[in-house]
Amino acid sequence: MLGSFAVLRKQSLLGDAISHAALPGIAIAFLLTGTKDNNTLLLGALISGLIGTFWIRGIIKKTHLKSDTALGLILSLFFGFGMLLLTFIQKQPNANQAGLDKYLFGQAATLLESDVWLMGSITTLCLIVLLLFWKEFKMLLFDADYTKTLGFNTKFIDILITTFIVLAIVLGLQTVGVVLMSAMLLAPAAAARQWTNSLGTMVFLSALFGAFSGVFGTAISASQNNLPTGPVIVIVASVFVLVSFICAPSRGLLFKQIRFIKNRRDLQLHKTLAFMYNIAETHNNTAHPHAIKILNNFQGFTKTTLQQLVKKNYVKLEGNMWYLTEEGFKTAANLYNQQSTTNE
Amino acid sequence: MSSTQLEIQLIASLVAVACAIPGTFLVLRKMAMISDAISHSILPGIVIGFFITQDLNSPLLIILAALTGIITVVLVEYIQKTGLVKEDTAIGLVFPALFSIGVILIAKNANDVHLDVDAVLLGELAFAPFDRFLLSGIDLGPKSLWVTGGVLILTLTLLIAFFKELKVSTFDTGLAASLGFSPVIIHYGLMAVSSITTVGAFDAVGAILVVALMIAPAASAYLLTNELKRMLIFAICFGVCSAISGYWVAHWLDASIAGSITTMLGLLFLTVYLFAPRRGIIAVLYKERQQRVEVSLLTFLLHLKNHTEEEERHVNHLNEHINWQKVRSKLVLELALKNNMIQLEQNIVSLTQKGEDFTSKAIDYIITNQDSKIEHMKEDFFLFRG
Repeated sequence: MLGSFAVLRKQSLLGDAISHAALPGIAIAFLLTGTKDNNTLLLGALISGLIGTFWIRGIIKKTHLKSDTALGLILSLFFGFGMLLLTFIQKQPNANQAGLDKYLFGQAATLLESDVWLMGSITTLCLIVLLLFWKEFKMLLFDADYTKTLGFNTKFIDILITTFIVLAIVLGLQTVGVVLMSAMLLAPAAAARQWTNSLGTMVFLSALFGAFSGVFGTAISASQNNLPTGPVIVIVASVFVLVSFICAPSRGLLFKQIRFIKNRRDLQLHKTLAFMYNIAETHNNTAHPHAIKILNNFQGFTKTTLQQLVKKNYVKLEGNMWYLTEEGFKTAANLYNQQSTTNE
Repeated sequence: MSSTQLEIQLIASLVAVACAIPGTFLVLRKMAMISDAISHSILPGIVIGFFITQDLNSPLLIILAALTGIITVVLVEYIQKTGLVKEDTAIGLVFPALFSIGVILIAKNANDVHLDVDAVLLGELAFAPFDRFLLSGIDLGPKSLWVTGGVLILTLTLLIAFFKELKVSTFDTGLAASLGFSPVIIHYGLMAVSSITTVGAFDAVGAILVVALMIAPAASAYLLTNELKRMLIFAICFGVCSAISGYWVAHWLDASIAGSITTMLGLLFLTVYLFAPRRGIIAVLYKERQQRVEVSLLTFLLHLKNHTEEEERHVNHLNEHINWQKVRSKLVLELALKNNMIQLEQNIVSLTQKGEDFTSKAIDYIITNQDSKIEHMKEDFFLFRG
């Protein structure tokens, strides 16, 4: 759901960066409290995720390093630091430490009922905030400068969106793990983007896709032995994306190809018609029959195009001869006119 | 310092150098995230290679992994070319999918072998020296030393051979194409080298560290210099320094070497980020502040020129009129006084001859908006900073 905003804001990889950056937060939270209380760890993850995000912002804004460099930098540095802390923790005499690395790859099966409740409540919170600030979010997304001139506090809205994205990521960490979280954030949104141009529909669709891939993924993973949940969910989501890429109307590859072919055919048809028109023009009688052989010199001519022209009632065939109908002559004349007017 | 320690540091330094070279170009070409994608998506290549050979050490593994890396790049570019999504989204879609395939393959088929995700992602440098390269019974040193050394030599050779081409195509693709180098070939060549480096190094240090070693030194170097050669040298130095210091930190903390090298890289970057002359945060903030003062001063002088009435030029009135806070207007006032732009007579401010000249010039510039007019003013601006 929030992924839509990330995708549209061209911050897709932010999810990846944040999910990595959350790791040291988890480790530090554990080091400080010494317990494996879920909420504390998540809080730590949230804080370090936010630090990471704002540092990335700072780098992009204040230096000439590009966003990709900033992302990659923060991602790997935070993650490395997190690893250092994790290995450091492993050496500590604390029985609780086992299982921290679960956060790396995620285990949906280990979720407790309380976790589910927590997730549910935070999702609801996200939803409420999203609805409340819908207009502001939308405007900031598409025209930040305009929003600013209207007097909205863009910084605040920006921080709000970012915070919620980070929150969503941190929650998702438990389920699919650090590495695959970015796919969970991106894939549904990218898939939804193909089906619609409207933000509302897109958010709704991407939530739907996300939920579906979650359910399917879990089902597939449960039905077989030894299938880790997270990756399966990601694969299912990727399949969604692939299908959307190919089949989506108006944007999908399949339809694009079809449109392309159709356009080419139309063009060929027009070319043939124009050529015929030029021949017919030299005669006083438009219905004067000509031999089909004349057309052989013309490149765009094929039997099918001729037949199509016949079908459209532009041309009549009589044995080896053809002649333009009244309608065909008119269309051809107009075709020429239209082209010349658009050319000018 | 035992020979094992020496070997670990040597391997780490070699990896650092091997990573810094392609990393510099990746950062310059704004493709840093590709290295992250490659490092993740080589996993299925490694897994499939392992199934074919049943041997973690075969060279086929490296070839297959490098191949998957290139496939990733091609896929990303293909998706991007369809125009359906942006480049970063394309990266974000491709590599988790490939990575998932790798993880699933491992989980389904390789449960009982020594090949787990942690090892691939995180690596363990500490064990690298124990994996010896034996040639007819003679111990030739750790295997990863040879692998990374080979990768390094390959990278260096390519760098020296194609330095000019790389440079041109990085900064001006159009020029490179018109000069007859194919940017596409260079692009894929760089990608291939990055994949090979990633693969060669992951065994020793893990995928995440490879990414860190590629990006962090190059980014730090980029903050310090604009020249390509110097940037390369800086990046290599940074890489090696943090590799060695990282090893000792890990030794001291008894923690993961890869993690502590990354942390050292992070600290290094943070230092450069804050204190780099000109590009660092502190320098940038200082510059911004100075520019603000300059603009304030200019506004102030223009205001004086516009108003000849005495009450408009009274010190207290200025406070209210230009809407500055007291401290700031005092600062600007003092600065103007120090530069002999204004004179004070019983709290009435008026422009001196020098101030008059300066403001006319400024107005000239503002009206015509020609760059030539501001050239003379630039010298005057330097005065204010004193």
